[in-house]
Amino acid sequence: MIPIAAVNPVAKLGAGLIVSLFLIVTIDWVSASTALVLELAIIAFLGIEPRRFWLRTLPVWIAAPLTALTILLYGRYEGEVYFEFLLIRISDGSIELALATFLRVLAIGLPAVVLFISIDPTDFADGLAQRLRLPDRFVLGALAAVRMVGLFVEDWRSLERARRARGVADRGRIRRLFGQAFALLVLSIRRGSKLSIAMEARGFGGSTSRTWARESRWGGAEWLTLLVGVAIGIAATVVAVLTGSWNLIVS
Amino acid sequence: MRGLDLRIEPGERVLILGESGAGKSTFLHALAGVVGDDEGESEGSLLVDGQHPASIRGRTGLVIQDPDSQVILERVGDDVAFGCENLGVPRDEIWPRVRHSLDQVGLDVALDRNTSALSGGQKQRLALAGVLAMRPGLIVLDEPTANLDPEGVTEVRDAVIRVAEATGATIVVVEHRVSVWSDVVDRIVVLAAGGGVIADGAPAEVLSRQGEELAARGVWIPQFPPPRPQRSVRAEQHTLLTADRLAFGRANKAIGIPFDHEILSSHALAITGPNGAGKSTLALTLGGLLAPVDGAVVANPALAKGAGVHPIRWKSRELLTRIGTVFQDPEHQLLTSTVRAELEVGPRALKLSAAETSDRVDELLTRLRLDRLAEANPFTLSGGEKRRLSVATALATRPPVLVLDEPTFGQDSRTWSELLAFLAQLVDDGSSVIAVSHDREFVDALADSTVVLT
Repeated sequence: MIPIAAVNPVAKLGAGLIVSLFLIVTIDWVSASTALVLELAIIAFLGIEPRRFWLRTLPVWIAAPLTALTILLYGRYEGEVYFEFLLIRISDGSIELALATFLRVLAIGLPAVVLFISIDPTDFADGLAQRLRLPDRFVLGALAAVRMVGLFVEDWRSLERARRARGVADRGRIRRLFGQAFALLVLSIRRGSKLSIAMEARGFGGSTSRTWARESRWGGAEWLTLLVGVAIGIAATVVAVLTGSWNLIVS
Repeated sequence: MRGLDLRIEPGERVLILGESGAGKSTFLHALAGVVGDDEGESEGSLLVDGQHPASIRGRTGLVIQDPDSQVILERVGDDVAFGCENLGVPRDEIWPRVRHSLDQVGLDVALDRNTSALSGGQKQRLALAGVLAMRPGLIVLDEPTANLDPEGVTEVRDAVIRVAEATGATIVVVEHRVSVWSDVVDRIVVLAAGGGVIADGAPAEVLSRQGEELAARGVWIPQFPPPRPQRSVRAEQHTLLTADRLAFGRANKAIGIPFDHEILSSHALAITGPNGAGKSTLALTLGGLLAPVDGAVVANPALAKGAGVHPIRWKSRELLTRIGTVFQDPEHQLLTSTVRAELEVGPRALKLSAAETSDRVDELLTRLRLDRLAEANPFTLSGGEKRRLSVATALATRPPVLVLDEPTFGQDSRTWSELLAFLAQLVDDGSSVIAVSHDREFVDALADSTVVLT
């Protein structure tokens, strides 16, 4: 089993981006399926609990066929036409493009989700600030905000119950939703300003340069992760070029 | 606040009291250097260690009232380390400080424990540890125990005193409830609403000399408890709601054992128990706002009046004339931009005539002393006024059952006493009041029976 959870989140993000870069310059089914096969082989060794894998990647499994269906019905018109109705036109061209898109969404989406489910927001923030040198204020502000999302969900439910208790929850659903969203905004701003006082009181935003309690490590495992990303991308491209199906999207 | 002259010596432990609106919080924020120069006006000077507070951040640590708003990061260790990092403390030194601070406040949890899983008292001690790790010379605490159950209050108070003894740090604390702190501080300073200081001295001296006057101004003085209502003859008691093997909880997870209870008219029921025991959840379930996980809340025909037996299936409008609920945080329930409009929401939803609506609203405004504020924006009211307003909004549609979640949070002794008298009157006249509360005096004074959740 590969201990992917311990790898620096910045490296995971990087590997995901590299694979995507290789796959978005071309639209063909060979490169996407090559990448997908390699990725699935690696994912199998990551030791993710099957239930968790299917649950988290479910959106990708839904998005891929939907995207493909759209392209199948309205995509490139080429070769033999099998079905035609108003704007809908299923042809050889649209079938091929739909297949390529389906595989591509999976090949980009699956590894992205799999890499991200093992990312801890705190480690990610450490990595962004220490490795990518993003500004402290931005990274820590965002991190604190992410933690507050859980509170927003609770606030939202509470607002919903409050409206029911006040007798205004029977009608005007859309209008009520807007009102409630505005109330949530007001609450969030109040919460946010309290949080920023708490952060400021602990010396955040001062002029002293900040230290980090935990080092965001970068070593062999991180380079290897990036390398795997590059390898998958190159393998997919080479196979596609050799089979003659590689086609630069911008040309 | 203005015209304040005060000198606090290093190592002193000072309790600041004052009427609401005397500017106690503002003063503490200024001490901590978190009031910006661009926010409001200032005159005179405030120096900590002879310097401007904002220029020596880290010398003063601040702990505020709301446990949720001062947890900054997701892991306990990181949260405590946050201040040290900002002050540029070297990494090797941070972790020993973090462990030592957690030890001192008596928070014995793993460093990678999720901060959202902590109780209110633990969160407040976490905030104290975060402050402590910065090695401040002055620790200011703004009502640090106001939102906690009695055990949490003692935990936090004892941790503060332990820290003061171990580090020699100066302590300045604001709190409504004098009894929590009066035995452990060296000095009490009472701020006047108009500005300046009303009393300043050793606790025993200030309390005996000016206790009565302070009590009259709404400060909680143990020797001068606020008046409790005289109970008159009760109306007839009959069952309104029945909890039948009720399992309550959120996200379909039941808390505790199935609950059987009859809710009577002209009867006050208190629900008590530690933070996290599910008191609010039970109250919301009884109030028809949260679906039972199992079992049922059954409304008797006298209450249901043809609306079906399950309050959770009632329409929002049907709920209005049957069960009123006042939330822990009144701000969640505010819908409009004036106090008067806020009170009109319920009667409007019932399509009452304009004359009837304005009669009801005027009566409530007078009874709850909100008449002067009729045109004010509800968000600008003080905590006590917001609470009275949210009670009034529930009463405008005259429900026989009133559910209240922590109605006495943040009340000074005067508003406490008024609210208590008002609720007692409702109960005597035939209403059923269900109140979730940590407040022992309130429960003693009002409740006819008590359910303790564990």
